[in-house]
Amino acid sequence: MKSALFILPFALVPFFANDFWLVQIFGRALILGVIALSLTFLAAYLGVVSFAQATMAGVSGYTVAYFGPNSVDVGRELPFYVVLPLAIIMATLSGVIIGLIARRSQGIYAIMITLAVGVAFFYFTRQNYTYFNGWTGFSGIRAPEIAGTNLRDPLPFYLLIISVAMLCLMLVNGFIKSPLGLTIQAVRDAPKRVLAIGIPTTPVIVSAYAIAGFIAGSGGILNVWYQERISSFSVGLGPIVDILVIAVIGGLKHPIGAFIGALAFVLLDTFAVDFIDRERFNTLIGLVLLAIIMGAPDGLHGLAKSWLARFKKRVAENQV
Amino acid sequence: MTFFLIVTLNGLTLAALYFLAASGFTLIFGLMRTVNMAHGALLLLGGYVGFEVARATGVWPLGILGGGLAAAFGGALIQFGILGRFQGDELRQTLASIAISIIMADLMLWYWGGITYQVALPDALAGGFKLPLLGVGYASIRLVLIAFAVVVGITLWLIIAKTRLGAIIRAGVDDREMLRALGFDVAKIFIIVFALGGLLAGMAGVVAASALSIAPGTDLQFLLSSLVVVIVGGMGSVGGAALGALLIGLAEQYGLAYAPTYGVVFTFAIMVFVLAVRPQGLLGRSET
Repeated sequence: MKSALFILPFALVPFFANDFWLVQIFGRALILGVIALSLTFLAAYLGVVSFAQATMAGVSGYTVAYFGPNSVDVGRELPFYVVLPLAIIMATLSGVIIGLIARRSQGIYAIMITLAVGVAFFYFTRQNYTYFNGWTGFSGIRAPEIAGTNLRDPLPFYLLIISVAMLCLMLVNGFIKSPLGLTIQAVRDAPKRVLAIGIPTTPVIVSAYAIAGFIAGSGGILNVWYQERISSFSVGLGPIVDILVIAVIGGLKHPIGAFIGALAFVLLDTFAVDFIDRERFNTLIGLVLLAIIMGAPDGLHGLAKSWLARFKKRVAENQV
Repeated sequence: MTFFLIVTLNGLTLAALYFLAASGFTLIFGLMRTVNMAHGALLLLGGYVGFEVARATGVWPLGILGGGLAAAFGGALIQFGILGRFQGDELRQTLASIAISIIMADLMLWYWGGITYQVALPDALAGGFKLPLLGVGYASIRLVLIAFAVVVGITLWLIIAKTRLGAIIRAGVDDREMLRALGFDVAKIFIIVFALGGLLAGMAGVVAASALSIAPGTDLQFLLSSLVVVIVGGMGSVGGAALGALLIGLAEQYGLAYAPTYGVVFTFAIMVFVLAVRPQGLLGRSET
């Protein structure tokens, strides 16, 4: 519960920020943070760095696009209270399937396999026109109006985003203390011992991926409402690497790292254009990523933690 | 029947390219457990440099050599400057190599732009070759490509099986610590192997730029095919890379010819099937 408090400063944003900062910066950061949280969750507690988060988010995004209002003539419209649970269920299922494929893999093997899964999905969406509308994808996707509140307005949309982010963080924090959550961490640390005491590891691993799919799917719905379109490029290598960059910059050891990384990424993405050529953004983000990996393997969260610890120690020494 | 054989030949061509790309990848992985995500970027670098050399000198084999050497130097530099610092921390190496590949891809886009390049072929290879039995023409360069891959595969096998360097590499795959304890400079060997992997990638890049063409995005295409090939064939095994490349190359071309919409799905289905029945890959050794 404690770490959900880290999100609270975000709740103060509407009091002083204009619509640009509210949605384009903080809203976008929180959405990307939710999707990255799904990766951080797997990395921190199952010990698996997965590249399939953009895919899981894409599954829910495509579900929303196919069954919701869009400006291409593909799919059919269902009421939002059917579409949203369906999107979450589909994303969770995609997590289960990816978990089943990658269940025996750890470390670098898992990276390669989830990457291959993600890119296969990218090519599939690009070639399939019946469900994914191929290269063009879907556009004109609108967030619904619920009980008189239009979710396309900046403030309600931001409040929705922050509640989802909060709920997902609380879900992760609560889940890891549950028996299943503890078993997941046991599988991370010593899979053979877990097997030896009679717990099959496959369902445990698959359920971790399912939770990851659930979280990424929630972020995916918000993302498709934010972007108002989805196409194969939304699940391509660009977004796959972006999510990884966010999670690594923020720190893979703690769920809150996903949000720190997302805010840093969005700020860089938005304002780097003031310092360097817009075209060279990838070089900049690559260098930042390399610097973080080489200098601070636990990311910005790890850096902040060690600075805080040093500061506390100094304060304590001064008092003596 | 003719159609089927032509598709098979196309599949073999693709398999030859995939093998060239994946052999360096699997070699590096086999010895150092490093997943070099910058492999595709090295391949593209080799392709571009090979193009420049071939254009400046007008000699095609020099282009292949130049591209190979440039990528070999790039690979050695990556291992020496960055990846070598984290030897043993595979996850960090993988992430660092991703960062390197992002930077390299962007800088190459800057220098060479977004256009497609194709290396000009010597006259002897530019035309077609009338196949016996079938009686249809087939691009000579593609046949040369298949032959080139076979030669590279055999050379690589000879190096690994018969030379002193090969013996050291094999010893390193089996027991890195023991090799170090015997007084071999493991760091230096790693750099050499990385250079060898880069050389293979660079030559594959020039060959790809000759038989097909290269553009930004080629790097990712070959990185992914290498990944799938080594997952299917078995990590770290050169024979596995050949087998995996054959399977994937043929599957992709048959898929393209007979079920155009779902060509990719075949590749993917093969990978999932192999993972389900033999997670270490067809010729891979089990981790435990």
